Amino acid sequence: MDTFLQVLVNGIMLGGLFTIVAIGLTLIFGIVKVINFAHGEFLMVGMYLAYLLTVGLGVHPYVTVVALAPALFVLGALAQRFIIQPLLAARDEHVQIFATVGLSTALINLALMVFGADIVNTPSSGLRTPLEIGPVRVLIGQICILVTAVVAVIGLQLFLGRTNTGRAIRAVAQNRTAAQLMGINANRMHILTFGIGTACVGVAAALVAPLYPTSPNIGTYFVLTAFVVVVLGGLGSIPGALLGAMVIGVVDAMSGFYIGSDLREAVVFGMFLVILILRPSGLLGSRSTLSHVSP
Amino acid sequence: MLELRDVHAGYGPTTILHGVSLTVQAGEVVTIVGGNGAGKTTTLRAIAGVVSTTAGQILFEGEDISTLSPHDIVDLGITMIPEGRQLFPDMTVRENLLMGAYRPAARAARADTLEEVLTLFPRVRERIDQRASHLSGGEQQMVAIARGMMARPKLLMFDEPSLGLAPKIVSQVFQVIEQIEASGATVLIVEQNVFHTLKAANRGYVLENGEIVLSDDAEALLTNDHIRQAYLGI
Ligand SMILES: Nc1ncnc2c1ncn2[C@@H]1O[C@H](COP(=O)(O)OP(=O)(O)O)[C@@H](O)[C@H]1O
Ligand SMILES: [Mg+2]
Repeated sequence: MDTFLQVLVNGIMLGGLFTIVAIGLTLIFGIVKVINFAHGEFLMVGMYLAYLLTVGLGVHPYVTVVALAPALFVLGALAQRFIIQPLLAARDEHVQIFATVGLSTALINLALMVFGADIVNTPSSGLRTPLEIGPVRVLIGQICILVTAVVAVIGLQLFLGRTNTGRAIRAVAQNRTAAQLMGINANRMHILTFGIGTACVGVAAALVAPLYPTSPNIGTYFVLTAFVVVVLGGLGSIPGALLGAMVIGVVDAMSGFYIGSDLREAVVFGMFLVILILRPSGLLGSRSTLSHVSP
Repeated sequence: MLELRDVHAGYGPTTILHGVSLTVQAGEVVTIVGGNGAGKTTTLRAIAGVVSTTAGQILFEGEDISTLSPHDIVDLGITMIPEGRQLFPDMTVRENLLMGAYRPAARAARADTLEEVLTLFPRVRERIDQRASHLSGGEQQMVAIARGMMARPKLLMFDEPSLGLAPKIVSQVFQVIEQIEASGATVLIVEQNVFHTLKAANRGYVLENGEIVLSDDAEALLTNDHIRQAYLGI
């Protein structure tokens, strides 16, 4: 029983990690309708920045979030403004896919050039200290990730639902022309959304860096699961990303422990396929989420 | 108040409007009639700035607005109620109305405007917390008009407000439009329902293949032979 609890908690912690990486991806897809294949590389860039700032300034890794969130916001906003937006006029979404894949490859190669292929380790500053809660043990850093992920999901939902800017962002996603007729600057909302989605990755990077080694390929490792999470939860749905991440996290941990770590991925992807066959729009995705696309 | 001078506009390489000129004076109700595909919607879109003007001028209160962005044009006081309602389907009626008052000037008076608009549309008030996509076509058209009014525009442009509605609902929509006109608003209205519209308007323009072929007082147009044959089927 205790072992089961421990594995379950491990799964939930993993779910928190997947959530924080996935929410920006699903936000950007839901609003800008762009699948950002460079999302993982933005995380990688953020983790290197976290490493450099932590080591260079001798601060706690979490302190770097004050620089990482704005820096990644700007990076995402620039990508939208100067790479995605000019291609929107091309009216062919394949071009955008190639553009973000290209950006991803460029960032990986840039990291290889600057840091080499070896991993770097951000100081863990006590975040790897295990905490005993009843029969289970979790790392302090994992708890922080989970709490931040839940706060970020709630915060984004409130922002999109309750603020004028959040409503304007949703309006652009639901009917771009009508939104423009209301006086909403649609391009600016897309830039803002891309920035916010990428800033989420900046926050994720500050939280993940002290627990995981950083390498040029780390983004691919995380973002593959994030894509599964986003599709499973329902493309564009932020609560869906949380639910999808929890499902994937728990199934991953359970199958890794009870079935064997070699079969872990097979089980995760098998379950993913089964759920998609039963519910093609994902767990919390409605058909209307997909029809957000402007007429 | 509004003057189009030899406006050319279109989509990409295709030019749809080949030199449209028209005027709307303050307090006037002006209509553009014409068949399907004549360029009525394109004309309104060019004024609203969502279609770019390739030649000619669009003057609003003396200022050329033909190169401005849609949000700047809304700020100047022009609002377009688009063809086919174009509500935000996954938002509530209330959220749709709030989006109508998105620009800072309108937002400042938002609570008061909302109350005024809901008084004019009791049916919209009943449905205020429903999702827009759950409303009937007639209700959606009322919300679309109400949303346009939330911007407190100086010039309100209607694009085919009666399109796709049952005859009974069409009369209701025109009643509402007449109420808006009676309040002294300046209105530019585009319709295929030529009879109803000319009845409600002061002046009219006839648009065919992207060109104005006729313009006169609404009453005169109602008895014009070309209009009677081509649009009224008499
Ligand atoms: N988004 C668009 N892209 C290309 N052509 C368009 C577009 N919208 C309308 N058109 C064309 O422009 C012409 C005029 O259309 P429109 O202004 O909508 O006419 P109306 O409103 O008078 O029915 C039509 O031939 C139509 O096919
Ligand atoms: Mg039309």
